[in-house]
Amino acid sequence: MMDYDVIVIGGGVTGTAIAWYLARYDIKVLLLEKECELCEGASKANSGIAHSGYDPEPGTLKASLNVRGSRMLHSLASLLDLDYMQNGAMVLAFSDSDLKKLEKLKERGSANGVSYSEMLSKDEVLRRERNVSKDVKAALFFPTSAIICPFSLVYAFAENAAVNGVEVRTSAPVTGIEKRRDGFVIHSDDLSFASRSVVNAAGIYADRISAMVVPEYFSLTPRRGEYVLLDKTEGFVTSTLFRTPAELGKGVLVTPTVHGNILVGPDCIETGEKDNTATVSKGLAAVMESGRKSVPELNYRTIITSFSGVRAHPDGNDFIIDMPCPGFFNAAGIESPGLTASPAIGEMAGSMVAEYLKAKKKNNYIETRKKIVRASSLSPEKLNDLIATNPGYGRIVCRCESVSEGEIVEAVRRGAVTLDGVKRRVRAGMGRCQGGFCTPLLLDILSRELNVKKEMLGKKGPGSEVLV
Amino acid sequence: MRALVVIGAGASGMAAAISAHDSGVKDILIIERGPEMGGILTQCIHSGFGLHTFHEELTGPEYADRFQKEVLKRGIDVLLNTTVLEIDSHFIRYINSTGIYEEECQAIVLAMGSRERARGALNIPGERPAGIFSAGTAQHLMNLDGCRIGKKVVILGSGDIGLIMARRLTLEGSHVLAVVEIMPYSGGLKRNIVQCLEDFSIPLYLSHTITEIKGKKRVEGVAVSPVDENLQPLPDRSFDIPCDTLLLSVGLLPENELTKKAGAELSSTGGPVVDDSYETSLPGVFAAGNVLHIHDLVDYVSQEAEEAGRNAARYILSGECDEACIPVVPGHGVRYAVPQFISRTGKDALIKFRIAKPMRNAVISLISDGRIIKRMRKKVVSPGEMERVSVQKSLIDSELKLEVAENDET
Ligand SMILES: Cc1cc2nc3c(=O)[nH]c(=O)nc-3n(C[C@H](O)[C@H](O)[C@H](O)COP(=O)(O)OP(=O)(O)OC[C@H]3O[C@@H](n4cnc5c(N)ncnc54)[C@H](O)[C@@H]3O)c2cc1C
Ligand SMILES: Cc1cc2nc3c(=O)[nH]c(=O)nc-3n(C[C@H](O)[C@H](O)[C@H](O)COP(=O)(O)OP(=O)(O)OC[C@H]3O[C@@H](n4cnc5c(N)ncnc54)[C@H](O)[C@@H]3O)c2cc1C
Repeated sequence: MMDYDVIVIGGGVTGTAIAWYLARYDIKVLLLEKECELCEGASKANSGIAHSGYDPEPGTLKASLNVRGSRMLHSLASLLDLDYMQNGAMVLAFSDSDLKKLEKLKERGSANGVSYSEMLSKDEVLRRERNVSKDVKAALFFPTSAIICPFSLVYAFAENAAVNGVEVRTSAPVTGIEKRRDGFVIHSDDLSFASRSVVNAAGIYADRISAMVVPEYFSLTPRRGEYVLLDKTEGFVTSTLFRTPAELGKGVLVTPTVHGNILVGPDCIETGEKDNTATVSKGLAAVMESGRKSVPELNYRTIITSFSGVRAHPDGNDFIIDMPCPGFFNAAGIESPGLTASPAIGEMAGSMVAEYLKAKKKNNYIETRKKIVRASSLSPEKLNDLIATNPGYGRIVCRCESVSEGEIVEAVRRGAVTLDGVKRRVRAGMGRCQGGFCTPLLLDILSRELNVKKEMLGKKGPGSEVLV
Repeated sequence: MRALVVIGAGASGMAAAISAHDSGVKDILIIERGPEMGGILTQCIHSGFGLHTFHEELTGPEYADRFQKEVLKRGIDVLLNTTVLEIDSHFIRYINSTGIYEEECQAIVLAMGSRERARGALNIPGERPAGIFSAGTAQHLMNLDGCRIGKKVVILGSGDIGLIMARRLTLEGSHVLAVVEIMPYSGGLKRNIVQCLEDFSIPLYLSHTITEIKGKKRVEGVAVSPVDENLQPLPDRSFDIPCDTLLLSVGLLPENELTKKAGAELSSTGGPVVDDSYETSLPGVFAAGNVLHIHDLVDYVSQEAEEAGRNAARYILSGECDEACIPVVPGHGVRYAVPQFISRTGKDALIKFRIAKPMRNAVISLISDGRIIKRMRKKVVSPGEMERVSVQKSLIDSELKLEVAENDET
């Protein structure tokens, strides 16, 4: 007897998207994540852009899944209640050779199926974005480009999957996989789970997971990208501003985030270490300088944090979505635009699994998901009604982001067990004071709601306890 | 319609409300986000408060308590656990666990205090582990919640809170390995350097900074580098200090989100621009205490707030509003001066300012239109201590400039 029809390894955007897609079938699904919270890998540290799809090489999976994912996100934004905004992107040209490249990008965009792009004159660029450098010569504008809160996407996929019966286990690192005649046995420390099929969505570790089942046929190179995040400044920039691409990646961008901060980054450094997410002063300095080339007025005195994420770069430079042996699936090498492509990756990998399992669709599938109510965004009448039913929504805990106790309690109810987990779900501690004021209050609330001693509570998980 | 709303019940909010009441305005509401009155004082359990006001050394809570009694004695309305969300010249919106409220008012005193500068402001590279606290957060956790925050601690910044926390941590059994300060001098009060570091033999590294934070889950150490005269780190002379906790005491910033949103003009202190009645650029909105500029002594906070409260009352009762037409300009050697404008009404104006760098035998000059109208000498001045000088308004023509220079001309 098998415990599960499919086990998905990895609780980043890829794994949760696949679980979300599989949840519409009448099968038993388990998702295993090694950390004690979801969204601890690349999915938590990226640019948060839902790319239109002009960048990937035509004919690749990256290209087709990017364009499809971008369209799917547009409709999922309301179905799954995502923090998403279509703000458009400009690729800025600063030289004649840049101008030539823009022409090529426009063609590449159409080849990929990006339905619309528009050349903007210097004047038009500066009219729309007054803070762009006056040295700009022209820009290529992609109106379908959007900004998205990456955490909101992961939690939306996971919560919708869970409502439809997917089981999610955190603190469950996959340590070994045994192939059996009728399926697989997955070991996670002392536990083991039998399953008819397995999906590997383990991010930068996906090469190691794959090698547990089939001889190694790809490897993933960690490429770190660093960012600085600036405080909210309304209207400073409205679209996502790219530079004309050089060889490696899309270069340093300047973009508003969905929550109104300004994000500058990333660079691209091969560190050779899969879990090296440190920032380094040289890298940050280069990112900041680069950002100022596009937007000279960037005020780095308003930086509230810096961070970095690791791209899982595959040798073949394209997403690896395949079934190297019956019942074992890879969704690996998912570097940028993996966030954008995630619903399409979920659909593609999920359909492959469903076909393998000959799974049937459920008839009681729930398609929608509601995000945690943001008290500060409600009208006074609605907020008063909410406070009347739950006074916690009237107690402001995080002053910078105006987050109420009610929201924090709901975050815990939906699975947050760490300070970072709360922060990613409801933004408490995400603002300009970075938790200075609310950390003591959050520890009180988490300790009460989870019924554990404060000393047990961590920023991320065991070993990261806040108190001693 | 309320006569006066005071935002914040710290030292400044309480003093402003009391003096407005004593000046004849009885319909006052104080709104405080925290569960009790006192603001930052409630977590400052060390003594050293109130020497000027009460001629004795009180602890923070004791000092707060004296003012709280006066507030209660006058029957002033206080809403605790209530956050002000938005203000306008004559309007406020606030929220608590019973609902969200809007109220009109004749005048407002801003007394929201300050917040701490966080790691991001310094952009220290490295991982983002647990064990990094701003000093005030650490103080809250230790003094109000009875928690222990770390065993081996390095403190960045030698401002007063950092110094006080160095002592506090030591007394609680933690090992404070170093206080690291980027400037060639400490930003704290002299008495705190002696009583908090020297008495406990805690090393103070001047002209040094932290260039990297190590550890992925919990802090495992910091890299410390000396800096050159432009405050740039010298990486080849960098050394590591293993520790589990990093405390950041790198400055307070006036808390002015509400002020900014309301459209008040802000100054280089991070607080609103005010005249010598402490009125901001929004008519009927006054400000005092740390929300205006960062104070090191609570006595001056209380005095400033009393003045603001009195003026708010005058505004409410008489509708009077002075035309503040004389700009106060920080000149050579002066970082900032408050107020930024003074009016012709009244006899004297009190100017508070901070100097740019420490000096010996300093000469402080007040200059009006090129003419020196007042001169003072001080043996030592330091950016860590706020300076105050009173000036006779009748001596000023169209502008008042402050300059500080080291006395070498005798
Ligand atoms: C700097 C940077 C910028 C980017 N910008 C964008 C962008 O703007 N737009 C865009 O579309 N994409 C962007 N991307 C790409 C996007 O972030 C990634 O493609 C996406 O997050 C990958 O998700 P994932 O789930 O595959 O990997 P991850 O998010 O890394 O998730 C993998 C998960 O697997 C878990 N795991 C690993 N090993 C095990 C194990 N043994 N057992 C159990 N669980 C395990 C990990 O803990 C992790 O949670 C960017 C990426 C980076 C690094
Ligand atoms: C750690 C530390 C040590 C010190 N040590 C000494 C010392 O030894 N001796 C000495 O004389 N002075 C000392 N001082 C200086 C002095 O005590 C402070 O400057 C003074 O207490 C500040 O008072 P305040 O009212 O301006 O601000 P705060 O005390 O910060 O009060 C502001 C209040 O406003 C509330 N508030 C803010 N925003 C809102 C809102 N939107 N809605 C509702 N309420 C709001 C806050 O909750 C807070 O209670 C110290 C200061 C600090 C920080």
